[in-house]
Parts: sequence; C-alpha cells; structure tokens
Amino acid sequence: MAEERKHTTVSIPLPLYRKIKERIEGTGFTSVSDYVTYVLREVLASLEEDQKEEVFSEEEEEKVKERLRALGYLD
Amino acid sequence: MVNRPHGGRLINRTLSQKTTQRVMDEIKEYGRMDIKEVNAVDVGSIADGTYSPLTGFMTSDELGSVLSKMRLPDDVPWTIPVVLDVNRELMDFDEGETIILYYNGEPLARMHVDELFSFDRKEYARSVFGTNDEAHPGVKRVMELENTLVGGEVEMMGELPNPYKDYTLTPMETRVLFKERGWKTIVAFQTRNVSHVGHEFLQKTAATFVDGLFINPVIGKKKAGDFKDEVILKTYDELIRNYYPKAMTHMSILRYEMKYAGPKEAIHHAIMRKNFGCTHIIIGRDHAGVGNYYGPFDAQEIFKEFPDLGMEPMAFQAFYYCHRCGNIVNSKICDHDRQFHDSLSGTKMREMIRTGEVPEPYHMRKEVFEVIRSFDKPFLE
Ligand SMILES: [Zn+2]
Repeated sequence: MAEERKHTTVSIPLPLYRKIKERIEGTGFTSVSDYVTYVLREVLASLEEDQKEEVFSEEEEEKVKERLRALGYLD
Repeated sequence: MVNRPHGGRLINRTLSQKTTQRVMDEIKEYGRMDIKEVNAVDVGSIADGTYSPLTGFMTSDELGSVLSKMRLPDDVPWTIPVVLDVNRELMDFDEGETIILYYNGEPLARMHVDELFSFDRKEYARSVFGTNDEAHPGVKRVMELENTLVGGEVEMMGELPNPYKDYTLTPMETRVLFKERGWKTIVAFQTRNVSHVGHEFLQKTAATFVDGLFINPVIGKKKAGDFKDEVILKTYDELIRNYYPKAMTHMSILRYEMKYAGPKEAIHHAIMRKNFGCTHIIIGRDHAGVGNYYGPFDAQEIFKEFPDLGMEPMAFQAFYYCHRCGNIVNSKICDHDRQFHDSLSGTKMREMIRTGEVPEPYHMRKEVFEVIRSFDKPFLE
C-alpha cells in the first residue's frame, strides 16, 4: 500500500491565490491547494451532471421491462 | 432522468450464457478458490453494478488510495475497501492466472488474478473505522482477514442463492423502473429493522421533497437478536400497502454485509444507492454506527468532504412522539422537555412482542405489530 504523493502543480495568478488564502482562514480548508481541489471537483462533477446519457441499450431495457411487468412493478 | 452511475458508467460483469458454458467445459483447467459469503455477495454487487465503477476486487494501488484518500486512484470518491482475502500458504494459484471463485461448492465467478499482496490490518482498520479496538465488530472482521489479498477483475457466471428473488432488483432494473415511473429525484432509505412510526415519518418527510421513495432494506448476515429478514420485508409490505402512496414508493432489497464504519460507510451506502438511480439518501442519527465510536452526526458531516459525490444527503435527527406537541416530531421542530418525548425502546418492543401487548399507535402501526406477532420466532437466534 504505497502511499505515494500523486500531486502536480498548477499556476494561478498571485492576487487570486492571496484572495483564496484570506477566504479560507478559519474554515476547514488547511491550504489553498485543498480549497482549489475541492472547488474543481465540485465544478467538474456538476458539468458531468449535465451529460446524463442512457447507460443501456433498448434491447436490454425491453428485457428488464419484461421482468418488471412479471413482478407487477410495471403495467 | 435518474442519477448517473458512480464514476459515469454502470458496470455489468456478468458472463453471457455462451461464455459461461465454454468456461464450464474447461473448468478443470482453472485454479480454484473457495470464497466466503461476504465475498460472494461482493462478487454479486460488482457484477450487477451496485459497486460501479469497481470491476473487481481491489489491487494494492486501489486499496492504498481508498485508505489514504477516500478515493479510487482516478479520484472517484470511495471509502470502503472491497477486498478478497486468501491464505497464501493454502492457495494453489499465482499472479497472472485466471481462476474460478467457488461459493457453496458451486462456480460463481471467473477472476483474473492481477496481484497478490500483503497488507497492514491495523492500518486498514484504523483508516476505515477510526479505531483499532477489536471490540468493534468491523475491526474484528478486518483482524480476522487472511494474510494475503487477491486483486483483479471478476466476471460472474453463476447466481447467488437468493431466498428473496422477487424482492431483488439490480441497479439496471431499478433505473428502468424509476425512469418508467417518471421519477427524476429519488430518495433512498437504508434499513435493517422493522419500521416504527418514527421511521415512517422520517421517510415520508424526506419523500415530500422528491419524486420517489426507494426503501432499501439490507439483507444478509446479522447478529442474534436482530429481526429476521423475512419479518422486515413482510412488515414493510403491509406498511406500504396500507399507508404509503404506491405511485411514489418502491421497495427492493440490498444484499450486503454491514461494516459498522459510521461516516465512511454512510458514503458507501450513498454510492450504492446512486448506482440504483437515487439522487438523495436519508442519513439519520448515528448512521451505520455501532457502540460509541462515532458522533451522532459524523455520518451527516462527512458528506461535506465530497463535493463530487453526486448524492445529496437528507440529514435528520430522530423522530419521536411528543406529548406536548401531540404529534410525531423531531428535535429540530420540537422544543419541549425530554420528559414529553416518547419513543419505543428495543427492549420494550421485544417485551410487547413476547406478551402481545399492543404498542401505542404513535409507536408502531398495528399492522406491523400483527405481522411480527404472526411469526413464531421473529428474531434470529
Ligand atoms: Zn414537542
């Protein structure tokens, strides 16, 4: 269970860095990096939210519906 | 549309009948490993996508990442290890081989052994449970794991023995069902108990804000003194038939062995329900907790650490009857002194079941009580 550090560096403008640093004071975030990671994860997740595509084929779906009907879950 | 599967894709690791037949024809050529019930249930959950995006038992890289970061190596949130343990001295296969996993003497799955690795039980336990105390049932089980873990992808061939087939829907099936019913927002309720009126109000309060309510009892290994699975299912059947809006309620089971990992397990519970298509999960007081290892609201707090989980916790405090309010309430909406609060203790309920003394209607529905009483032995021995 090697616990290697898998991090890299991203540049952000200094004034932004300072703003974040001020903003996270007294919050649960211990570093600007933590905060930036949090925000980016949130943003990426919400973008993925918008691209919900169907995860199975029509054929598979028909088979599933048959069972759901047999169990009385669908009319 | 219902929620996306965790990690973006619903996993299906079930071999086709044709391939299964081919594997069966050559089954003697594969190495063999006999697995325990908990592993067999995990195989089922990997295969039907309940554990999406996992496609197999964790490798050392995955396990290390889950223990140290609560995420899979590709940054997807994941808090509970899914591992297969084996005694290195007794096994007859090696890395790189494809083996067959047997459960109850029957071939259950084919597995590619990517990696055999040793691990630190104490580190595992401390990370997942926050303690090394062997009085904790989850820690105890980790300490009892064999000395080696087998990592690699699995493909299910057989079926798990299942006494509750008609109560079992796979994530794909619930997703189609929810879609057909036109539900977009769905709240999951995880339970391992019969429903008191307090639980009913908890579920209905949450359900008020979404399209559908998914009641998802956990079926599987429990401890002596717990209600039998059948009792839990039959009482919910009666309850739903009499008191729940049919068009927005669905119940099917989850086969799963509780870990009692409190907050970390709450995240795991949420991930499984996300794969079933849910968007929300009810997190009550001391969710998935045991003893006094976790704070009563730790399991609600931990969700804040996962902005990318894709599941909204609906956090509640316990519901109870208040004699001053004259209603079922929770501590957020009732300020009255504790002396007016009235809920049914487990001990009292057991006594009533034994003597037949009917509970107050604000403690337990009479239909639920009657179902319990109709069983000769409602509890596990
Ligand atoms: Zn009150």
